[in-house]
Amino acid sequence: MPAFEPVLLARIAKPNSAKLETYRADGGYGALKKALSMTPVDVTTLVKDSVLRGRGGAGFPAGLKWTFLPKDHPGPIYLCVNADESEPGTFNNRILMELDPHQLIEGIAIACYAIKSEKAYLYLRYEYGRSYRVLDAAIKECYAAGLLGKNIMGSGFNLDIVLHRGAAAYICGEETGLIESLEGKRAWPRIKPPFPAIEGLFRKPTIVNNVETLCCVTHILNRGSEWFKSIGVPPDPNNPRDMGSYGPKLYCISGHVNKPGCVELPLGVTARELIDEHAGGVWKGRKAKAVVPGGISMGFLSADELDTPLDFNGPGKAGCLGLGTAAVVVVDDQTSMVDVLYNCCRFMSHESCGQCTPCREGTAWMTKILERIRAGHGKMEDLDTLTEVAGSMGIIPGTTICGLSDGAAWPVKNAIRKFRADFEEYISSGRRSVTSAQELMAGAH
Amino acid sequence: MATAIINNQTLELKDGEQLNCIQAAQRIGYEIPSYCWHPALSVVASCRMCLVEVGDTKPDGTVVMQPKLVPGCQTPVKEGTVVIADSEKVKAAQKATLEYLLLNHPLDCPTCDQAGECFLQDYSYKYGRGYSRLQEPKNIKPDKDHIGENITLFTDRCIMCTRCVRFTREVSGTSELQVVSRGSAETIDTFPGIPCDNKLAGNVVDLCPVGALCSKDFLYQQRVWWLKTTKSVCAGCSTGCSVDVDQNEDQVYRLTPRSNPLAQGDFMCDEGRFGWKYIHSDERLTFPARRKNGEIRTRDWDDVIPSLQKALAKAVGRAPEKCAAVFSPWMTVEEAYMLASYLRGLSPKVKLALGPVKTVGEDDTYPKDFFGKPKEPVKFTIRAEKAPNRRGVQMVLNHFGGAATTLSDLAADGAAGKLEAIYLVGGDPTGWLESQQATGLGKASLVIVQDILPSTISERADFLLTGGSFAERDGSFVNYKGLAQQIGRSVRGPDGTRPDGRILWDLTGRKGLFNAAAVRKEMAEKIPAFAAFAQGTLGDCGVLLNEHGAPEAHVVAKA
Repeated sequence: MPAFEPVLLARIAKPNSAKLETYRADGGYGALKKALSMTPVDVTTLVKDSVLRGRGGAGFPAGLKWTFLPKDHPGPIYLCVNADESEPGTFNNRILMELDPHQLIEGIAIACYAIKSEKAYLYLRYEYGRSYRVLDAAIKECYAAGLLGKNIMGSGFNLDIVLHRGAAAYICGEETGLIESLEGKRAWPRIKPPFPAIEGLFRKPTIVNNVETLCCVTHILNRGSEWFKSIGVPPDPNNPRDMGSYGPKLYCISGHVNKPGCVELPLGVTARELIDEHAGGVWKGRKAKAVVPGGISMGFLSADELDTPLDFNGPGKAGCLGLGTAAVVVVDDQTSMVDVLYNCCRFMSHESCGQCTPCREGTAWMTKILERIRAGHGKMEDLDTLTEVAGSMGIIPGTTICGLSDGAAWPVKNAIRKFRADFEEYISSGRRSVTSAQELMAGAH
Repeated sequence: MATAIINNQTLELKDGEQLNCIQAAQRIGYEIPSYCWHPALSVVASCRMCLVEVGDTKPDGTVVMQPKLVPGCQTPVKEGTVVIADSEKVKAAQKATLEYLLLNHPLDCPTCDQAGECFLQDYSYKYGRGYSRLQEPKNIKPDKDHIGENITLFTDRCIMCTRCVRFTREVSGTSELQVVSRGSAETIDTFPGIPCDNKLAGNVVDLCPVGALCSKDFLYQQRVWWLKTTKSVCAGCSTGCSVDVDQNEDQVYRLTPRSNPLAQGDFMCDEGRFGWKYIHSDERLTFPARRKNGEIRTRDWDDVIPSLQKALAKAVGRAPEKCAAVFSPWMTVEEAYMLASYLRGLSPKVKLALGPVKTVGEDDTYPKDFFGKPKEPVKFTIRAEKAPNRRGVQMVLNHFGGAATTLSDLAADGAAGKLEAIYLVGGDPTGWLESQQATGLGKASLVIVQDILPSTISERADFLLTGGSFAERDGSFVNYKGLAQQIGRSVRGPDGTRPDGRILWDLTGRKGLFNAAAVRKEMAEKIPAFAAFAQGTLGDCGVLLNEHGAPEAHVVAKA
């Protein structure tokens, strides 16, 4: 297979890649110019034809989402850029924002033109200080160069981008949580419907798109929808609802590998190929025990599921929640799944917004059970309790408002189903992963 | 008209009626349990207690059920909606939700004020699993007794339904309460230095479905199952909030708002909620008196009433135009009617006057905005007119017409020695007579005072009639917009007092025991404006009287 030539990451290794000057030298803002010569409807149609699916986790077709906006709305219509990249293991947006911010800004401008929005809010994860500084500088460059503000490139199109830093909460990555947070409220996801396209930010029609999605938009404008569809995986003919997984994707690889990092590959690469060919294999000559396909909330692939293609369908077929953010975390065979799962649960219970009862209490309960197991006081029936609790949480059974809960439940369901022997061995052997001091701390709260 | 199916029962919906699954199920007599939903607050669908199965009837008659459970509070019931609220799937979800809610709950029912009227208790019995599988330590969250002057928070009992938070944001508009922290560590709290002390704050205690927010006034006073509840009306202002008066052994313990769409809605103000304490005041006038030259001759009702009848007849016989009565806006319409018809029966020349109607400031409407300015739409009004029945007494006096006068004219007459007999009815616990007026009126040859608390004039009354507070009387009040509601006798007054209705019943020489319904029926016959009283009873929500007295057909009113 010939080496795939990166598109989204094409410029990141260049000197001064974040500068407008170098971006323009590489043909930057040509896509925006092209878009401005088209009608907004044509731009939307182009993106819709490319079947660009959202890169933020859910994989909803971006162009289709744009068409959900009410027709002939008097405005304002808003674009929210979801840069609250908070799924553990995910860092592709950070690379895009820090090393090639103009690619994103161009994508934002094109999207805003298509949806007739004159204001975009870039909701940036608080922890990304460098991204903030780089984006801030890039936005200022654009205003100075007439690429943002009034009458962009003489087209009559106006656009302002507001760079907003969140206050560090996982839930702000959920699109309605993000909107609430932008409005200055507690980031409690909204009940849907109405969906943001009908009633979003400040109760106006709003589109929320991920950073990587918008970067793809830039290239779709440049190279066309057929180019985009020449990359990736076509729809499964046996599944009429499958739209295919087209385009390049940034895969983040971390965990127990020799060469962690972010690589750009066509959608559909297998987990095994990612680990062995792009991440230098599992570290210390060990084997992989489990692999997270797309951020911890997607669950786990076991060692014999490593040939699963990481497209929008693959992980689901292997019992995971989905592709998620395509953040691959590798767990080696010397690591206890009890510890891995505990870490997942601890994160999710800390990040549960606390709105819906099952998620608020369930995530914390699962963490407590795992804490107890890790302290050497586990019982076999705990595994059934964990499975039952996980099974009663989330939008899939319909017991919560947003999907955080599904993401909290999935690793538990997956781990106990796929690695039950690990858990049983841990419990029956009376092992413990915590010291007495930690145990005391755990009991103290 | 739309038709929906709830638990296999058909429900007809009126045109334009918007019901959610909980309300629709109520119509067929089925309770879908819920915590966070409240009809007067926005829908958040977060407690997940009201999860039900919902489906639609397709044009061909087939029913397609949604694969997921949905919150009943958030799901509208329309034509063809099918709701299943009692399936095994629903029961399993209810059981799971309750287990979650009780996970970190301290289970301290024996020391909790809410026990006995707690939705966590009730639903646990009905839908819960009966034991907890939690083997780890519970979260321990410190209690917060500083939530407000009258409110304390038992943080660990809270189930995070956020009704209280939404109330302060949506109804009072004062926004003192908020959720702090995240996940299972989150709690309700106030902003630093801004306690929840708005004039409607007490409602958050009622709204709390569990024992988290408690009223400091009621805390540890009574187990609720000892309390006997009487439906009544708050006497604090002319809004006339429907209330429940809770008492045990003739001691009132609390007033809580009773939902009434015709009156105030679902809430009441703190002024009314805590404003009943005077009924157990040590100052209460506890024995009637007949005085001669300032000396008490008797304190026996059996002597006072006949002597009063004789004295009044004598005075009216001497100079009827110099005899007058002052009617208090705290009287019930029945009392006003009996007194007016009695006096006018003695002579049509007897003057009738409405006593002082106290107003304090302006009508105070809620919600407020951030700066404390009233905001539309108005959801609650505390009225400036601090009397419960000005309008009703006025209606009675209007009917009797004839020689009407004012209190200040009467005081002037008294001061000029032109007053033969004066019958003064009080009832306002904050006092109602200025000292100058008292001096003037006190100069009448025959002074009759009917009141509950001592005043400058009660000491000089030739006849002192010790009446009852609103909690000790039967009758009805007419609020600012003409809604007549019944007040109920919930406690017996102190020894030696009698409900004003009984005093007047005896004075007017009626046989048997005082019966407010009989007076109302009599009024309906005699006074067109009170024609709506014909049934004798006014129901739980009261009857709206229009100018001509007939009940208005379709009135959906908000306070």
